[in-house]
Amino acid sequence: MGAFSRLGNDLYTGRRSIDFVGRRWLWYATSALIVAVAVLGMTTKGFNMGIEFTGGAEYRVTLPASQVNQDTADEVRQAVAGTGVEGATSPVVTTSGEEAILVQTEPLNDHESKEVVDALLATTGASAGDISQTEIGPSWGREVAERSLIGLAVFLVLVVLFIWAYFREWKMSVAAMVALAHDVLITVGVYALSGFEVTPATVTGVLTILGFSLYDTVVVFDKVRENTAELRKTKMTYAESANLAVNQTLVRSINTSLVALIPVAAILYVGAVQLGSGSLKDLALALFVGMAAGAYSSIFIATPLLVHMKQNEPDIALTERRAAARRREAAADRYAHVGGARADATPPPDPRTGATPRPPKAPVAPPRKPEAVGKGRVVPKAHAPLQKSGAAGRVQPVRKPRSQRGKKK
Amino acid sequence: MARAHTPGRTLVVFFLGLALSYGLVALAGQWTPKLGLDLQGGTRITLVAEGKPDAAQLEEARKIIESRVNGSGVAEAEVAVQGNQYVVVEIPGESRRDLVETVKRQAQLRFRVVAQVADGVAGATGSQSGSPVPGTGSLPGTVTESQAPTNPSESPSPGTKKQKSSKQRAPLAWAADETGSESPTPSPSPSPSPSPSDAPSQDGQDPLQWMNNPDAKSLQAFQKFACPAPGEAPDVVDDPDKPLVTCDENGLKYLLSESMIEGTQLSSASTRPPDQQSVEWGVDLKFDGEGTKEFARISRALYNTDKQFAIVLDGQVISAPTMNGIITDGRAQITGEFTEAEANSLATSLDFGALPISFQPDPQVELVGPSLAGNQLSAGITAGAIGLGLVMLYCLLYYRGLGLVVIASLLVAAALTYALVVLLSKGAGFTLSLPGIAGLIVAVGITADSFVVFFERIRDEMREGKSMKVAVESGWVRARNTCLAADAVSLLAALVLYIFAVGVVKGFAFALGLSTLIDLVVFFWFTKPMVSWLARFHLFSSGHPLSGLSRDALGVRDTTPEKLPAGGVA
Repeated sequence: MGAFSRLGNDLYTGRRSIDFVGRRWLWYATSALIVAVAVLGMTTKGFNMGIEFTGGAEYRVTLPASQVNQDTADEVRQAVAGTGVEGATSPVVTTSGEEAILVQTEPLNDHESKEVVDALLATTGASAGDISQTEIGPSWGREVAERSLIGLAVFLVLVVLFIWAYFREWKMSVAAMVALAHDVLITVGVYALSGFEVTPATVTGVLTILGFSLYDTVVVFDKVRENTAELRKTKMTYAESANLAVNQTLVRSINTSLVALIPVAAILYVGAVQLGSGSLKDLALALFVGMAAGAYSSIFIATPLLVHMKQNEPDIALTERRAAARRREAAADRYAHVGGARADATPPPDPRTGATPRPPKAPVAPPRKPEAVGKGRVVPKAHAPLQKSGAAGRVQPVRKPRSQRGKKK
Repeated sequence: MARAHTPGRTLVVFFLGLALSYGLVALAGQWTPKLGLDLQGGTRITLVAEGKPDAAQLEEARKIIESRVNGSGVAEAEVAVQGNQYVVVEIPGESRRDLVETVKRQAQLRFRVVAQVADGVAGATGSQSGSPVPGTGSLPGTVTESQAPTNPSESPSPGTKKQKSSKQRAPLAWAADETGSESPTPSPSPSPSPSPSDAPSQDGQDPLQWMNNPDAKSLQAFQKFACPAPGEAPDVVDDPDKPLVTCDENGLKYLLSESMIEGTQLSSASTRPPDQQSVEWGVDLKFDGEGTKEFARISRALYNTDKQFAIVLDGQVISAPTMNGIITDGRAQITGEFTEAEANSLATSLDFGALPISFQPDPQVELVGPSLAGNQLSAGITAGAIGLGLVMLYCLLYYRGLGLVVIASLLVAAALTYALVVLLSKGAGFTLSLPGIAGLIVAVGITADSFVVFFERIRDEMREGKSMKVAVESGWVRARNTCLAADAVSLLAALVLYIFAVGVVKGFAFALGLSTLIDLVVFFWFTKPMVSWLARFHLFSSGHPLSGLSRDALGVRDTTPEKLPAGGVA
């Protein structure tokens, strides 16, 4: 942990800095590529919708682990198909986790369902208590999907309002929204590409991601705002201080993301291994992918994008020009700002030899512009915009007659 | 910030609050939360209403369904309205597939007069194996005045009249027959069924006249119609404003007038045991004002004819008796060769049958067997333990002494959450479901996140050379705002999810929201005062290696060797 801490400290002080903002085209390109693949997956492969959306019946038989294997699944498939029930001629039978076999059929009525259950009981030797059924009509799925979409829309509107109210700046809102869309697209794309089942639990997961992704962005943008509030004092450009902010929150971002991901990973593990498919796995998978993408996007996408958008603001552009000028100056005369050490000062003669050492070859500054000599009303060109003096905020002593001193007005 | 100076007092108050919540739990006398169906096994049926019913209609439908379910001998069934179009029936502990039919039965009851009756099974004989053949003997039924008849000869005499009353149809059997082997699910009729478009209109003619002289179009539809196999419901559209061609369970087809009395105009129906007036079981009917008038009109028209009127439930004729008297007081009695169970069943159907709204034909049905429920419960607890344990371990390794604060905070949060979940399940009917557990586990991350933000802030402040005492206070001010913003977002997410999610997902949203609030409480009134209090100890303020705030842990180097390897020396 020590190394990580030290890295944290270096990043904090700016001794070490990862150039998140400067290399933004690299991050944009990476993300664009991932998102493009995700969108491609969505359009070409489509989603593997769960029975909650398509309608159908699902039977889950809980069995001892030794019995859960492909052979049993095959037997079950034959048995169910052999019942002659119309909707169950081609059931989908899979093992699910360590202790269950999953049978999916088209929607069945009461009577047909009973036949299927009887077949399941006869084949597997399970008791009635080991069987769980879910039966969902297609209209229900439409309903769920519709409400999820409404929920998504409402949440997005609320989030836009929230970000706008919190940051008071539409550019931050836009950057945060882009990061949000990025995370959701990637998560959805992973589902399309991997062919994992999409269930209402998945949709819930995706909605929750919106919150988490925003959380990360809020943390980073908070720091960006704090750093850039006093740009003039730090003599940094907006891009530099935003980059410093990302570096400073990097350790924190990694920590919060890890801490948030650990429990989700635990759910994912238990859900996938112990229970097989189910709401737990669906929820955790969507959360896991989304949170990881959220941590990435708040650092690599949101902040560079923010800087990108802010660059054209006159204020920001001015600080940038000033910083560039300062850099040029510094490159020309490294000691320009060192007090007392003047380039043209003659070094004292060496006491031993008495010889005057040759003055070192001074770097030549670029020719300066002619300045006002101080005659007449020639106002010197401002080096920086006029600022309030430091004393302006404080109460200044006022000269008052003795009789009025110590009295208010 | 008076609180900042008295961390001890805040802590005491906090623990008093915690103790109080456990005191309430003890008072409630229930130490475990109510588990959801997916964790204890059971049956859940979710019905979706068609269209946009108002709250009163939903509530009425809920009551009717509840009485149906309770009438079938299930203890502890819960029927609840969810959102603005769902009715959810939950039967914990039992897998009762047969109840699905009881619950989802549309049961729209209408009284119509019969124009023609014919044998409707000619085209479709009972060829389907496995479907039970209903009783062959046609059961007579008559309607009499329920008051003592003035003329004994008017008393019902089975078999004397040409009645075609059916035995009750399959779904009515639930009260008596719990195996519920018959299915009234509408299945594609083998014959062309009349659709509303070609169903003839009566052109405003009074049904009682129309009855004697039905229009040609209706007759044509009637001729063409063939009943499905016995035991299956005919696939017809039951439009109250149009004549209806349909069947009863014995394969007789009927040409019926438009609806004359709606099921909602029937105020009660009850079983009538055999007494001196009649030796059979019967069903007493009572109509409301409108229904009474209409029924009197019908009875006048039908009395002393062999015309029948039909009681139609969900498009199927359940009974088609003749009139044995003129009934003007709205009290009628249906008699026939009913057994007690049959009479009961008919009465319940009539009484509870009239749902004010219709539901979509395919409800969501979930049956969770006890084995799966047990597995899911243990999986949820395992996931929670692993998640909590790993987060604690990580924080302990990374933050050392401060990690202890994280662990204590998480434990306190867990204790508070448990108390609240138990109290809510007792007081507000909250049930802990698998998604709920998932929400609580995910919230561990959120809770720990706030601590990480806080501690990283403190470390940042200390890197700038502040002492721990100062760093805690100035770090707190900054971390507080970040955490408030972040928690507001997750609260917002939980709220939106809770409002718009359907079914079990609500549990997730609720758990997430609850834990976010608890996170805030613990963060403000436990973690912060705890850290402030610890800052007074020499171990922490001096930067002891174990405190997690030593110069080494912070990564601050006194000398600044520029050539150190990239990762530094661990």
